[in-house]
Amino acid sequence: MNRRALLAASALVPAFAQAQGFTPQNPECIAPAAPGGGFDLTCRLTTRVMQEQNIVPVPIRTQNMPGGIGAVAINHINAQRPRDPNVIVAFSTGSWLNMAQGRFGRFAENDVRWIGAIGADYGVIAVKADSPFRTLADLVAAFRANVAGVPVGSSGAVGSQDWTKIALVARAAGQDPRRMRYVPFEGGGAAMAALLGGHIQVFPGDASEVGGQLDAGAIRLLAVMSAERLPGRFANIPTAKEQGVDVEWPIVRGFYGPPQMPDAAYNYWVDAIRRLQAHPTWPEQRNAQGLFEFNMVGEPFAALARQRVGEYRQLARDVGMVQVAQ
Amino acid sequence: METFAALGGGFAVALQPHNLALAFIGCIVGTAIGVLPGIGPLNAIALLLPFCLALRLPPESALILLAAVYYGSGYGGRITAILLNMPGEPSAVLTTLDGHPLAKQGRGGAALAITGIGSFIGATLSVIAMTFLSVPLARVAVAFSPADYVALIAFALSLLGAVGGVSAPKAWAAGCLGIMLALIGIDSGTGVERFTMGSFELLGGIDFTILAIGLFAIGEILLLIETRLRAQAEALHGGQRLTFSEVVFCIPAMLRASSIGFVIGVLPGAGASVASALSYTTEKRLNESNGKFGQGDLRGVAAPETADNAAQIGNMVPMLSLGIPGSGTTAVLLGALLMYNITPGPLLFEQRPEVAWGLIASMYIGNCMLLLLNLPLVGIFARLLTVPPWVLYPGVLALSFAGVFAVSNSAFDLLLAVAFGVMGWLFRKMEIPLVPIILGFVLGRMLEDNLRRALSLSGGEVSALVASPVSIILWVMTLAAVVWPFLRKRHG
Repeated sequence: MNRRALLAASALVPAFAQAQGFTPQNPECIAPAAPGGGFDLTCRLTTRVMQEQNIVPVPIRTQNMPGGIGAVAINHINAQRPRDPNVIVAFSTGSWLNMAQGRFGRFAENDVRWIGAIGADYGVIAVKADSPFRTLADLVAAFRANVAGVPVGSSGAVGSQDWTKIALVARAAGQDPRRMRYVPFEGGGAAMAALLGGHIQVFPGDASEVGGQLDAGAIRLLAVMSAERLPGRFANIPTAKEQGVDVEWPIVRGFYGPPQMPDAAYNYWVDAIRRLQAHPTWPEQRNAQGLFEFNMVGEPFAALARQRVGEYRQLARDVGMVQVAQ
Repeated sequence: METFAALGGGFAVALQPHNLALAFIGCIVGTAIGVLPGIGPLNAIALLLPFCLALRLPPESALILLAAVYYGSGYGGRITAILLNMPGEPSAVLTTLDGHPLAKQGRGGAALAITGIGSFIGATLSVIAMTFLSVPLARVAVAFSPADYVALIAFALSLLGAVGGVSAPKAWAAGCLGIMLALIGIDSGTGVERFTMGSFELLGGIDFTILAIGLFAIGEILLLIETRLRAQAEALHGGQRLTFSEVVFCIPAMLRASSIGFVIGVLPGAGASVASALSYTTEKRLNESNGKFGQGDLRGVAAPETADNAAQIGNMVPMLSLGIPGSGTTAVLLGALLMYNITPGPLLFEQRPEVAWGLIASMYIGNCMLLLLNLPLVGIFARLLTVPPWVLYPGVLALSFAGVFAVSNSAFDLLLAVAFGVMGWLFRKMEIPLVPIILGFVLGRMLEDNLRRALSLSGGEVSALVASPVSIILWVMTLAAVVWPFLRKRHG
């Protein structure tokens, strides 16, 4: 997906989204995880900016609702407050994967109202600085020769985001991702330690978590998994696509609302995100969350969300990762 | 010399009045967080972080405050563990073994004082080691492979029998139960659900806090209700104060615990619970002839608390020198740096010396503050026991529930905590020790994860588990720890 096309699409959203008929009362942002994680940041930092810049005139309370990597939150929303206009829930690409794999029970992409994205991080393929792999093509060739011969490690189980990133590369090499030698670690930091310690050879991580090691020359990035090159310290890193491997992995972060959120409230929140994205202080605040620009709200965004979940569902079927038949 | 100059620069940062004030606030908040069962430093730091940003604190000041909350919590966990038999922090579980018997003998104040001193010694020695050896140590730490972790955790597990009181078989059974509880949730290797019985709430596994609060706090209170608070009739004060010779007597144990704690802490992913368990069992094994471990030995509280604080500081070594978090809490601290647009990594000491060295210097100061805070307050803490039980225990129960609920907002977790409470109460009556359950729970998860990592890295080759010298040494020690009690029994 071309990012510029996304931007153009979001600009076409009609102006009726300037909702007037709704004022939030005691609004709440649900972070479907314990304090400290990505969902928590999405809620706490974003809502703080919204209030400081008077985009939303009242404070938005952050409520942590961990459990089942987001399953508890989506169940709560659907079961107890399907019409609540005052609640938004943080999500990420990981939530899409969970929906695709049936991990949220009977709830999936059509059981929420997709409000918008606030930004995106991107997948990267990292190797140690002295690795024999110099380009993504080297890694693809090694996968072709013997997909089980390259120890890969990252945070998250088989089927998780980090696994899926490298699984897409393995599939591009014509291999069955399930045959990869994949080792899950507790978080990206532990996987990075294993990469530096030489225990794994490839770490499919996120751009936001590899900066320090990249600056220090401890690791090399074979590719960024974005449509176009990323700015700043990543400017010299080619995309996977440039290297002939047609895979992308944006880690989109944003909000959804309850399935029957009234239109007035939905339009209010869509408009709030749009005004946030247009605000001059937002880029700095967004960078602080480790996110790059990814501005997309309202219906076009909902369409993207449904499309992505559909793609991931297909992928999960292809590699035998679906838990519950949809 | 270069290090001294850099440390001097750090002190120039840390001694600025506002940074001193923030360190002090952090120490107080940390101690309080440590006392409260259910609320750990991770949550506290995650909740404080947005305030730091909102107040526009400079990054070094924010880190000084947040880190003080972290290491301050290591001082607080012992208080309820000793006085009420309810550990405030995971790593204080071992402190209950000797701490509570001491409190029952009226020596709660002495136990609080010696653990305060131990915490200070452990933390300060660790900060010194960190000042001079940070970078080489962190390099060694990342070389520690999953197979080495397997051996380390197996060694820690082999000492389970030593923390179970009188009956070793009961201790082993309790440890196995802990391991089984750790298996609940999504399997990290394959993404398959295990033992969740279709429950969404169990997908993410059982939270440590819920298990600990259930078994210790709720279980203890149920037992007290049943015994009509007979325990309260026992003399809870009047015991002798801590004497200087007792402190000297504990020094060797504290030094050993400091080194164990620091080394374990530096390893990313091992953690303070492993450190306190290893140092407690080490002391118990070393002093079998002259100790009364389990019935109130001062070394039995000094060792785990010293190791706990040493490990917390050790945990910051890979964080500062490599930008790799050693635990959930240090991961949040790293996230704080990112939010200030500072990229944690090997270049932190060069690029932002005021942050790295300012933090290290503030830890020297913070630990002194904590010692000065904690020693005079021992008397006040011990007064906790003079609070009438009909006020104290409902209060503790309410705080515990609030802690569980604040983290997860889940009524299910409250019910789960109550279920564990009933289990803890029954086990107490059957004299099944609870500490091995906790250790099995913590270590079992780590053992499984690392075992599977090691085996998938080697392609299923079991010999990879004994491929490095470190792992061979640890396996030999494990074997010795298992066989030793049998040999001793035969000779004795």
